[in-house]
Amino acid sequence: MNDSQATAAAPEAPAADEKIAVQVRNLDLYYDRTVQALYDINLDIPDRKVTAFIGPSGCGKSTLLRCFNRMNDLIDDCVIEGKIIIEGKNIQKKKIDVAELRRQVGMVFQKPNPFPKSIYENVAYGLRIQGINKRRVLEDTVEWALKGAALWDEVKDRLQEPAFGLSGGQQQRLVIARAIAVQPKVILLDEPCSALDPISTLKIEELIHELKEDYTIIIVTHNMQQAARVSDKTAFMYLGKMIEYGVTDQIFTNPQEKRTEDYITGRYG
Amino acid sequence: MTSFRKKVKVKASHLDSFGYWVKTGAPWVWINAAAVSASVMLVVGLLLLIAVRGMGHFWPSEVVELTYIEDNGQPHVISGKVRDSEEVEAQRLTESGLDVPDNVETFERILFKTANRDVTGQDFRWILSYRIQEQSTPPEMVVLERTEWGDFIGRVEAVEESGKTITTDDAWALFLERLDRADELREEIKELERGEIGAINYQLERLRLDRRELELDGVMDPTAYAGIERQEEELHARYRELEARLGDLYREIRRDAVRMRTSDGEEVQLQLANIVDGWRPNSMNLAQQLGHYVYKAWMFVSDDPREANTEGGIFPAIYGTILMVLLMSVVVAPFGVVAGVYLREYAKQGLLTRTIRIAVNNLAGVPSIVYGVFGLGFFVYTLGGSIDQLFFEAALPSPTFGTGGLFWASLTLALLTLPVVIVSTEEGLSRIPRSIREGSLALGATKWETLWRTIIPMASPGIMTGLILAVARAAGEVAPLMLVGVVKLAPSLPLDGNYPFLHPERKFMHLGFHIYDVGFQSPNVEAARPLVYATALLLVVVIVLLNMLAIHIRNGLREKYKGLES
Repeated sequence: MNDSQATAAAPEAPAADEKIAVQVRNLDLYYDRTVQALYDINLDIPDRKVTAFIGPSGCGKSTLLRCFNRMNDLIDDCVIEGKIIIEGKNIQKKKIDVAELRRQVGMVFQKPNPFPKSIYENVAYGLRIQGINKRRVLEDTVEWALKGAALWDEVKDRLQEPAFGLSGGQQQRLVIARAIAVQPKVILLDEPCSALDPISTLKIEELIHELKEDYTIIIVTHNMQQAARVSDKTAFMYLGKMIEYGVTDQIFTNPQEKRTEDYITGRYG
Repeated sequence: MTSFRKKVKVKASHLDSFGYWVKTGAPWVWINAAAVSASVMLVVGLLLLIAVRGMGHFWPSEVVELTYIEDNGQPHVISGKVRDSEEVEAQRLTESGLDVPDNVETFERILFKTANRDVTGQDFRWILSYRIQEQSTPPEMVVLERTEWGDFIGRVEAVEESGKTITTDDAWALFLERLDRADELREEIKELERGEIGAINYQLERLRLDRRELELDGVMDPTAYAGIERQEEELHARYRELEARLGDLYREIRRDAVRMRTSDGEEVQLQLANIVDGWRPNSMNLAQQLGHYVYKAWMFVSDDPREANTEGGIFPAIYGTILMVLLMSVVVAPFGVVAGVYLREYAKQGLLTRTIRIAVNNLAGVPSIVYGVFGLGFFVYTLGGSIDQLFFEAALPSPTFGTGGLFWASLTLALLTLPVVIVSTEEGLSRIPRSIREGSLALGATKWETLWRTIIPMASPGIMTGLILAVARAAGEVAPLMLVGVVKLAPSLPLDGNYPFLHPERKFMHLGFHIYDVGFQSPNVEAARPLVYATALLLVVVIVLLNMLAIHIRNGLREKYKGLES
């Protein structure tokens, strides 16, 4: 915990009680085959903790996050070099089952993106994909997931109503419920509160606190207060490079790098 | 504050200038409004014209009896309905050999429907209004609608039964009573011929084909034929029975006749069997007229055509049109959607895909007759011919699928409308926000599962829009159909009670072709003209109904996936 050697070039040695969920080694990423967006990223993300990525716009936080469930596959001519190890497997390998990986690594996006289906069907979607169609199992899982996303009390009487009828904050929690319904190991949150009002934001943050009991959470955020509030560890990125990575308290109170300090004190970004 | 006032002043100095008016965009609004209203007026005007001309046909207009001075100077009593009137120059009349007064420049000329084609040889004649001496509308004038020779206009003299005149006070009432009887008999005969005898003929034909098939297969075993023969025997026996009953019915219906007298005194005997309906327009009140109107309009929609399509109804044409469009939709929707999904979602967006897309778009511009020629050459002759060789050998040399028919017509139109569906599918897919795809993929769905469970349902309103356009285009298309299966008069409907119910190889009738045939190919164009309008109106109504059905489905889908745009 007191390790102050947290820099991008030399990832810190994990503390004894800390299990590593995601290991990133020498990761380079190029858009259009030539435009480099990530430079030699090395990172150990602890299991069942909240890790926040901060940094100015366009620094590559979202790009890095989308590497963890191979969302960048959707982008033509996006080339990734290096290793990402989740559950002991290098997910960059060709033969990895991407659908299975994405079941392990759930994702919640910047804007809530519920499907045009009922609340119930939204949560059941991932299960139905896996071929689970038993009513009992579905009902139990949907209830469990909605409770886990702190949404159950608000929607339990209108599960069959369209998800678009929910407010923005409720939709975002619904999307989180949808993600945890398939019981992933890791949940990626890509600026989950940027489209929400302060009260909804607060609710999501409380939820993140609860979720980290069971899941490894990686969150990208623009909001430094949010990072300080919710995360255990924080990584500061700048221009595609990992500048500083360490325990959140230390990053915010005693940053080792000048650029980190400049950013969190608001001198740029 | 001061600067604000200055600005207002600057504007004010421009207010009344033309340049400023142009700048505000007001002229554009006016031009747009003018264009829109011109289009709307054209469409509404066209529909009104069709509606008025077409729907007036069924109204029981009054029969006028008048004394007319013929060309030879002799008065002559004629009766009929006024159909049209126009002004003609005196010169044109004298040139055509008519003797008219010199000092008048134009004359009113009336198109007079005299009917009684079997007596006078013509349905219509032009009369000059100045030569009309007396004019009256006698209440006892009768209009008879007949199965042949068109209408008859005259007075009822007497009703005859088996050649003997029945003496009665009210010949008209008796006539109506006997007409009802004839109507019932006619219905019975039709039912027998179309229904049971038709079914027997159909089964006999199938048995003949079965036997021929056995022969072609080289089966010698007489037991195989025995079954067929036994069935044939049964059918023949049943047929003879029905034939006898039919003979009785025909004798019954031929029993009664009516003696009619035309206005110029000629007496004509008409078989009641040939009379469909009779009415006295001059003694009808408004309610009766309305009732008659509705009845006639309904008969037009629900009855079979008679007399080379110039009389009777157009039911088979409506039926054929709708069935063909539905069949086409069933074919074009899956093909178009699959092709669109492939082009948008799976194909690599390179030069080849772009070329294919341009080619597809251009297909929409190919003249429809070209599709007809292709349909005839490829579907009918090549595919149909091969199908006949393989599966319907027994029926050869008469073709089954090797000739135009409902199925080939639907396929040809499906081909014609395929580009529309492909393009709209692609557009529908491209409008789905990326976040929805990512959301589904992030839950572990494969690309196929994402497409099938989320993207395609969400794109379905867009796909339906394409289908609506396809339906609108297909329902109005005539040219290619003339080559691949539409006929002037189809003996049987392509969907009926005979197993296997849908007969896609049969030829069918179509409203568009019906308009062409009745309006421009019939021997009696003048008489058929109102029918052309009425048929056109019905075609428009059918297209509107089919479109409304599709729009209704689309709105349902939209409702289901609403909130998407926000």
